[in-house]
Amino acid sequence: MSLVRVVGRSVVVRHLARALVELLAVSLIAFAVTELAPGDGFGQARLERQLSPAAVDALRSRAGLDRPFLARYASWVASVAHGDLGRSIAYGAPIAPLVARRALNSLLLVSASLAVTWILVLPLGVWMAARDRSADGRLLAAGATALIAVPDLLIAIALLLVAAASGVLPTGGVRGAGLADAGRLAAIGDLMRHLVLPVSALTLIAAPPLARHVRASMLDALRAPYLLAAAARGIPYRRLLWRSALRAAANPLVSLFGLSFAALFSASMIVEVVMSWPGLGPMLLDAVRSRDEPLVLAGVMLSTVLLLVGNGCADVLLRAVDPRIAA
Amino acid sequence: MTPTIRTAMGVGAVYAIVLGAALLSPYDPATQHRDRPLAPPTRVHVVDRDGRVHLRPFVYADDESGPTYPVRFFAHEVDEDGSIGSRRLLAVDPPAHIFLAGTDELGRDQFSRLLYGGRISLGAGVLAGALALTIGLLLGCVAGFFGGWIDGAVMAASDVFMALPWLYLLLAIRAALPLDVSPGRALASVVIVIGIAGWARPARLIRSVVLSARTRDYVTAAAASGASRARLMVAHVLPEAFSVALTQASILVPQYTLAEITLSFFGLGVGEPTPSWGTMINAMLRQELSAAHWWLAAPAAALVVVSLLYHAAADALHQRSQVLPAGAWR
Repeated sequence: MSLVRVVGRSVVVRHLARALVELLAVSLIAFAVTELAPGDGFGQARLERQLSPAAVDALRSRAGLDRPFLARYASWVASVAHGDLGRSIAYGAPIAPLVARRALNSLLLVSASLAVTWILVLPLGVWMAARDRSADGRLLAAGATALIAVPDLLIAIALLLVAAASGVLPTGGVRGAGLADAGRLAAIGDLMRHLVLPVSALTLIAAPPLARHVRASMLDALRAPYLLAAAARGIPYRRLLWRSALRAAANPLVSLFGLSFAALFSASMIVEVVMSWPGLGPMLLDAVRSRDEPLVLAGVMLSTVLLLVGNGCADVLLRAVDPRIAA
Repeated sequence: MTPTIRTAMGVGAVYAIVLGAALLSPYDPATQHRDRPLAPPTRVHVVDRDGRVHLRPFVYADDESGPTYPVRFFAHEVDEDGSIGSRRLLAVDPPAHIFLAGTDELGRDQFSRLLYGGRISLGAGVLAGALALTIGLLLGCVAGFFGGWIDGAVMAASDVFMALPWLYLLLAIRAALPLDVSPGRALASVVIVIGIAGWARPARLIRSVVLSARTRDYVTAAAASGASRARLMVAHVLPEAFSVALTQASILVPQYTLAEITLSFFGLGVGEPTPSWGTMINAMLRQELSAAHWWLAAPAAALVVVSLLYHAAADALHQRSQVLPAGAWR
């Protein structure tokens, strides 16, 4: 077997190649979409700053906006490959550092929520499945169903209003004032305090459907005849539940893990905007509002990258956990 | 009555109410009662302060010491300057008002705005759902039926659309459309944005249905007895795909309604003074003391009711057909 074939079969490489193709396609479409947009950031800037049409045209040609579409797309791809995302029109600054901070904030929020959600959801779902025949398990399942029906936007707003009314938690931003010279420990504590509200909002949004799926998956696994056989041999129920059934139920759960990342990432946009968390979401929103096309492009591309990475990780994880899937 | 019919009637009632907004709302949604900003909901009485019971419900103008103003049903609205407006279900004579859900910070009647805003938000959901399902049905059928490179191209395109997080995708497509336009064009652009953003999922689902329908015995039999490909598609495969599309609509329409509300909440949907539930929810956040102005939460409450209704409807359909896709976990 030649080396090329071995590498070609490797899951990671195949994923990377696929992700790269998808990324290129998204970039082309996103580029074309911003092309379709009537007006641009310079037109908007002209309204605000009273520039003459000639000055705006000069700005446009300096940004290279008067060249043909494909030429601009090609040079954009080339510069992105060099790590240069261009300059934001509204901010008048290079995009890469601007976006990197925002992406880190988003990633922090989403990964913290992902961790909290799954730590919460696994025992909850297993417990709901184990107590499927009793009132408390069913009540919890019904509660989860009701929470699913409440729109994400309203969950975020409700939490924000409750927090604002109680006044215990900070209701926006990532960092308190006057922490510049505080110790590292205080800074971390402050960050944690700022994370509480958005993370609980995202958990409340993501956990109910996941808990229901964990429950359904466990109920499926618990029906297997080999569990009955194991129980007949005297293996304690607790061990059956947490070892055998949970492992059998793991496959759908791991694919859910990837889906939950995507869902959390999308929902985090609403939460970020409502709770003024300085992530990618509010940045993209501002960019769309001010017609800052390079920034819109960067935001869209980066969110695609994050999602593709998340899905890829989930898929690799799935193969690692479940030997029934051929590599 | 089966659960399907019951929930469908509930959902239908909501649409009937917002469609009847012109008659059911006491005021024009854009009329500003400048002297009554953030007024609490008007109390409608039956018993007056002397303990007399009125057959016709009535309201007081400002405080409960003044004269009573009877609520007139199916009467013409009368403005403060005495001009006569259109026919309304509920009307009271000036200087009294009937604000069933209070007023917002500009003194506009919340209840009227709720009904008109519901027309925009729920209407956008239905239109966008219809658009996405039409594109999805078309592309899904073509991809599933013809297979080969057409199938490959359609599926690759749907991959790209599903590679983006949903809300980011919405914003990205919204970026291509003009920002400040008339309400009608804004509504159209929101519908187009959501429809284009949402075609991929139904297309995949319908493709899979078509793929399995194509191998059914009755389709093979029809092909064997000489039916053309077009006839096979229209007479045998499409009906099956169509029923799946209808079930899918019960999931997509509320999702797209929410998408319109989110876009309007972000200020990228239909702008003021045309009400949408999204802009109304945004206005609710602008008021610092929301607990003191609890009636501003009316659009949120309405949204929860509609969501619950839709979930019940989707659940009922799911129980009936059991053909929902495995991936539609939210």
